Amino acid sequence: MLEKLLTGPKRYYLWLLFLLCVIGLCALAYCVQVMTGLGVTGMNRDVSWGLYISQFTYFVGVAASAVMLVLPAYFHHYVKFKRMIIFGEFMAVAAVCMCALFIVVDLGQPHRMANVMLHPTPNSVMFYDMIVLIGYLCLNIIIGWVTLEAERLEVAPPKWVKPLVYLSIIWAFSIHTVTAFLYAGIPGRHYWLTAIMAARFLSSAFCSGPAILLLLLFIVRRLTGFDPGRDAIKTLATIIVYAMCINVFFYLLEIFTSFYSNIPGHMEPIIFLFQGHGGHLAWVSYFMWAAVIMAIASLAILIPPQTRTGKYLPHALVMLVLASWIDKGLGLLIGGFTPNMYETFTPYMPTGIEITVALGVYAIGALVLSLLWKIALGIKRDVNNFCD
Amino acid sequence: MYNKKAVMIGIVILVVLLSSPFWVGLFGTDYKETGVVKPNQEACVENAAFMRAQHMRLLNEWRDQALRNENRTYVAENGKKWEISLQNTCMKCHTNYDGFCQKCHLSNSVSPYCWTCHIIPTEGK
Amino acid sequence: MNTNRRKFLKVAGLSAFALSSGLAGLGTASDACAQLAPGSYGHGDKTAHAKRWAMVIDTRQFKSAEDYKPLIRACHEAHNVPDIPDNKNIKWMWLDSFEHVFPDDMNEHMSQRIKNAVYPLLCNHCTNPPCVRVCPTQATYKMADGIVAMDYHRCIGCRFCMAGCPYGARSFNFYDPRLYLPKPTNPRFPTRMIGVVEKCTFCAERLAQGLMPACVEAAKGKILFGDLEDPESSVRKALAENYSIRRKPNLGTQPGVYYLI
Repeated sequence: MLEKLLTGPKRYYLWLLFLLCVIGLCALAYCVQVMTGLGVTGMNRDVSWGLYISQFTYFVGVAASAVMLVLPAYFHHYVKFKRMIIFGEFMAVAAVCMCALFIVVDLGQPHRMANVMLHPTPNSVMFYDMIVLIGYLCLNIIIGWVTLEAERLEVAPPKWVKPLVYLSIIWAFSIHTVTAFLYAGIPGRHYWLTAIMAARFLSSAFCSGPAILLLLLFIVRRLTGFDPGRDAIKTLATIIVYAMCINVFFYLLEIFTSFYSNIPGHMEPIIFLFQGHGGHLAWVSYFMWAAVIMAIASLAILIPPQTRTGKYLPHALVMLVLASWIDKGLGLLIGGFTPNMYETFTPYMPTGIEITVALGVYAIGALVLSLLWKIALGIKRDVNNFCD
Repeated sequence: MYNKKAVMIGIVILVVLLSSPFWVGLFGTDYKETGVVKPNQEACVENAAFMRAQHMRLLNEWRDQALRNENRTYVAENGKKWEISLQNTCMKCHTNYDGFCQKCHLSNSVSPYCWTCHIIPTEGK
Repeated sequence: MNTNRRKFLKVAGLSAFALSSGLAGLGTASDACAQLAPGSYGHGDKTAHAKRWAMVIDTRQFKSAEDYKPLIRACHEAHNVPDIPDNKNIKWMWLDSFEHVFPDDMNEHMSQRIKNAVYPLLCNHCTNPPCVRVCPTQATYKMADGIVAMDYHRCIGCRFCMAGCPYGARSFNFYDPRLYLPKPTNPRFPTRMIGVVEKCTFCAERLAQGLMPACVEAAKGKILFGDLEDPESSVRKALAENYSIRRKPNLGTQPGVYYLI
């Protein structure tokens, strides 16, 4: 199947070349970070995690979201998803690769990374996070590759794949739950110390992940003519709406508990995120308000069935993805750290080098995704499972 | 088999290339003493052969015993007691970092990073 | 592919996997118990022992930030702690106001003396340390005598412990510490390296030599240090006779640093 990578139109090669250039340039920024230390980032003694870990968290969610295609297809035999399942699985593979890289670039001593395996520590959530992520990566590579190969040969996938698929469904929930436990089990960080964290993570993942998948598939449709299918898009859009509604609902629950209980520690992070500190809006406040507006706007378009799959669907999805990214990719970490453990405020803003390194990881993710999807598209075209 | 001749020649070249370090080691004569400057003391913590081969593992073991079990004393095979400390025990005798540690590490192409934290004695410099 | 060959490959692959994983398991198991050195290990003769080390700081006897300065200097000089002039700095012992040190005990009408004083902060050496709970490599761990210690050799710099510590006691080496410490202040103690986390160690290295921690020594009796499990110890007596508070006791970490207010 790898031979599918070797043929393609000129713009395919140009795209790969572009990604490689971006990766190369960003790798230089990473070199600077390795040589001079994490001092080049915006992190500090009080805000000890920043953009890298927040992006890690967000992409664990994107990886887990593949389950929103696999679950209906395998548990409910919803056959219309079958054509695009492989794209969800391959997106999960790319997302897990990005997660792993975001962890590596965040480490102060990356060459000692293997210590996590050399000295296994069952009381650390990080240990389980490593296990579930490696497991999920393997599951998706195996399942994706084997089912695609079966499709190429136009036979049914081997029987032993099915138990793996069922396992991967449960596993997907576990990866994001464990990621939430990284935060939710820490005493003294008010914004994170909430039992609903894992549920909130899952709901935000299950709306934003499929939304990213749909947007990317729309691009692919324009470029190659591959059509995921009208009904499949409609069903996935419905799943996205439900997940987004639950996501917003869960956030409102957090706000109720914090403000009705009137406990200062629990109110402070939310007040900081939306109102800033000392009468000045923080830079993140603009993002948070933008997220609120985009979340409402996306729901306004997606909830009425008439507009859900209409021409504004891509706009709604873009707004939804941005809103969830701001909530989880910015607000979560800044809300947790900036009101610090002395009940004062330590601002954080990522530096240029930090953003460049993160962009490099994004580019690597895009490269992995492009190559895997190229293979999948080639096979789909060969066996005439390309459009209706 | 296709291209039998070429394949066989290729295999032979590969084997010779891969095993070349052993041949050079067996027949080569350019082995040089590292020229380490030994300290004046008679004996190290354990005998010289053990120390030469195992000092890095011993140091790792010392580190774990001292830091994790509070076992900061080592009683050597000959009954002599030593305080477990790279900086305050080992380097009391091995004061010449450049002549001892560095010389051997360089000629063996290893670069341990002990001294990014542990302080090299200034004596003899 | 011929079925026989396929079967053979399957069996061969499986047995190779089983063999190698089994051997790997055996290897790590034997590593754990085997001792390399021919000699034996033990505690030093002079080592000060306790079941649970604890510190009592009599803040009433310190009049101003100036009074704490010698303690901080003693600590930072003994451990080669660099002074980095931004918010990426390293702190083993430092000062802050009542409002920030004890946010839960604050009220705006409390005595001016208590409200306006500064208080020393350091690692609390908790009985239930969250930093130890979250560390993925056991680079930070609790010893039998209650000290929460660190092995800088093993730290991967993930900073999970910094997120976990509710007291802000941990510092990360964002920069090479030696850049800010051209001449180490204590040649008998190592510095740290870039990319690892560090914190106060209750001077485990000094206790091993029978000495009190550097700050306790410099405080000349204003800070007590002893065994919390021993009813006759100076710390227990001080706690029995005076009103004391600890930082954020509601988190259940059971700090080992007590403040007499």
